[in-house]
Amino acid sequence: MSETTFGGIAGRMPKFIRCADPAVATAFACIVVLLLLGSLYSRSFLSPEYLLQQLKVASFLGVIATGMMLVVLLGQIDLSVPWAVAAGAMMACAAAAYGPVGVALAIPFGVLCGVAIGIVNGIGVAYLRIPSMIITLATNAVAQGLMVVYTGGFSPQDSATSAMRYLATGFTVPGVPNAVIIWALIGAAMVFVLTRTTFGRAVYGIGNRERAAYLSGIDTRRVVMIAFAVSGGLSAFGGVLLAGYASKAAQSMGDAYLLPSIAAVVLGGTSILGGRGSYLGTVAGVILITLLQSILSVMQMPEAGRQIIYGVVIVAMLLLYGRAPASR
Amino acid sequence: MKEWRYWLAEQRGTLLAFAIFIVMFAIYSANHPAGFTANVVQTAANKGVLLAFVAMAQTLVVITAGIDLSIGMIFTLTNCMASWLVIGTGLETAFGVVAVLGTGLLCGAVNGAIVIYGRLQPIVATIATGAVYFGLALLLRPVPGGSVNEDLADFLTGRFFGVVPASLAALLVVVLIVWVPFRRSELGRAAYAAGSSETAAYMSGVPIRRGKFLAYTLAGLLAAIGGLFLTFFTYTGEAAYASGNAYTLFSIAAVVLGGVSLFGGKGSAIGAIFGALAFRTIGDLLFVFDFDPLWQPLFQGVILLIAVSLGAFALFRVRNRLEWFL
Repeated sequence: MSETTFGGIAGRMPKFIRCADPAVATAFACIVVLLLLGSLYSRSFLSPEYLLQQLKVASFLGVIATGMMLVVLLGQIDLSVPWAVAAGAMMACAAAAYGPVGVALAIPFGVLCGVAIGIVNGIGVAYLRIPSMIITLATNAVAQGLMVVYTGGFSPQDSATSAMRYLATGFTVPGVPNAVIIWALIGAAMVFVLTRTTFGRAVYGIGNRERAAYLSGIDTRRVVMIAFAVSGGLSAFGGVLLAGYASKAAQSMGDAYLLPSIAAVVLGGTSILGGRGSYLGTVAGVILITLLQSILSVMQMPEAGRQIIYGVVIVAMLLLYGRAPASR
Repeated sequence: MKEWRYWLAEQRGTLLAFAIFIVMFAIYSANHPAGFTANVVQTAANKGVLLAFVAMAQTLVVITAGIDLSIGMIFTLTNCMASWLVIGTGLETAFGVVAVLGTGLLCGAVNGAIVIYGRLQPIVATIATGAVYFGLALLLRPVPGGSVNEDLADFLTGRFFGVVPASLAALLVVVLIVWVPFRRSELGRAAYAAGSSETAAYMSGVPIRRGKFLAYTLAGLLAAIGGLFLTFFTYTGEAAYASGNAYTLFSIAAVVLGGVSLFGGKGSAIGAIFGALAFRTIGDLLFVFDFDPLWQPLFQGVILLIAVSLGAFALFRVRNRLEWFL
């Protein structure tokens, strides 16, 4: 559809613009506009320190959105993000309380808990054919219930290990926060998987038409299952990083990541119906969302206003380029 | 097949939900320390009716093969609004009620317009509008507070003739003036047809857009009625993110328990009401058996997980594997 609409104008443009997905281009254009608006408000918006700080904050969302994107590419959705994030953070911190072995295994244990949540989602979606939206809501509720029972309804007292803090706030390369490096590594791995492996092609295939993918010999159920497990694991890893950043886990730390992660993926031009989208778009979406949040908080907008602007911006941008074709 | 067997097949989900509710409520009241008294029924009805309204709202949208993840936030927003407006003299209170219900209608209409005319996916669109509605609720009530016309509140949460809980009567009235006319109208049928097969309905000239729009709009209205009742029960308004989200989640659970197909086109709001009452009763079973309330979220989550997994039994009847991929 986009080819026919943009074909006339795009024909006369240089190649790199023609190749770009209009959605990704729009998202990057919006980032530039946001930065310009911000710099009108305060001069420090274009300083390298501020931009690096934003990139660091964005990397937590980036890790979580990477998993979300994989699931959205399948044409599914993962609504268990909030408590997968919280469970990853809490379980990693909890493991740290069990002596040196616990400290060493804290991060893998946290991620594994997320993978477990993802596997339950995957079994439900792939093998029991339950709509992903429903089963992930249910596992989210179960994960919440488990965490409430475990913590007794309060934020846990265990604190993050030094390794978690180092991953989230340290500097291995001078000037570049570790969190950004981690996001870059995970992003590179995801790009490799999506574009250079059979698994990646299968993901796009299933997103386009699962029936066709199945008939061409792909074990679609296994692919869906793995994708959900990866998504759960990445959400939990995002939680581990967040716990390292704040040095402890909190009850509702994941709530603030559900809408942004979906929004980042969708604003980056990935079709919510699956089968179409690029990781570059997700990167643009993540940065866009983070900048928007940052600008709103710099302007000391209260929570209420932030929520409203946030929802309006997402709907507006989706109306710009995320519409389904009309029924004929 | 005889006429009555068709009817039975069509109503199977509703009847099953009704049976589950009766069994659960029997266990609940048999083990309740006070037993089966008017007081116990009234308390249970007041809690259950809130979820029943929200579940009815969700049903209308689910019938069109959509989903409304903002329903809990409309509920929260109207609760906050009612805590400002439904107060004062009779006329002011009446104006407040109308304003609150109008807000619900408007929220539902906005959802419908974005999903149908904006052609966005219901999941993403309603998550985003839910954020907006929650923001508005926070704007109205940054901290919990407010009050409500207590005469009206007590009247609608008390008992008629000392036996019948007023909230149940109100639920019945709403079913009679919102659900039944909708179900019997041309647009209601269009909503069902659109959920069953949008392409086929479109080809047959069914007004699917108007039908779906009406479903989304009425869903907003029903959520607002729920919000109004929440205000009557609590006497305050509170913009609680967790509670709004929980109602969205529970409404989906109630709809599934009530035999409404999440793929659209099948089920009824009556089933969803019994699903909601059953879900609430199951959640409260923990209390009569003296469990730690900390276990309640986990218990409800597991119930929800089991309820949604029950639908998977249909897979055993699939003869051709390609039917897995709808």
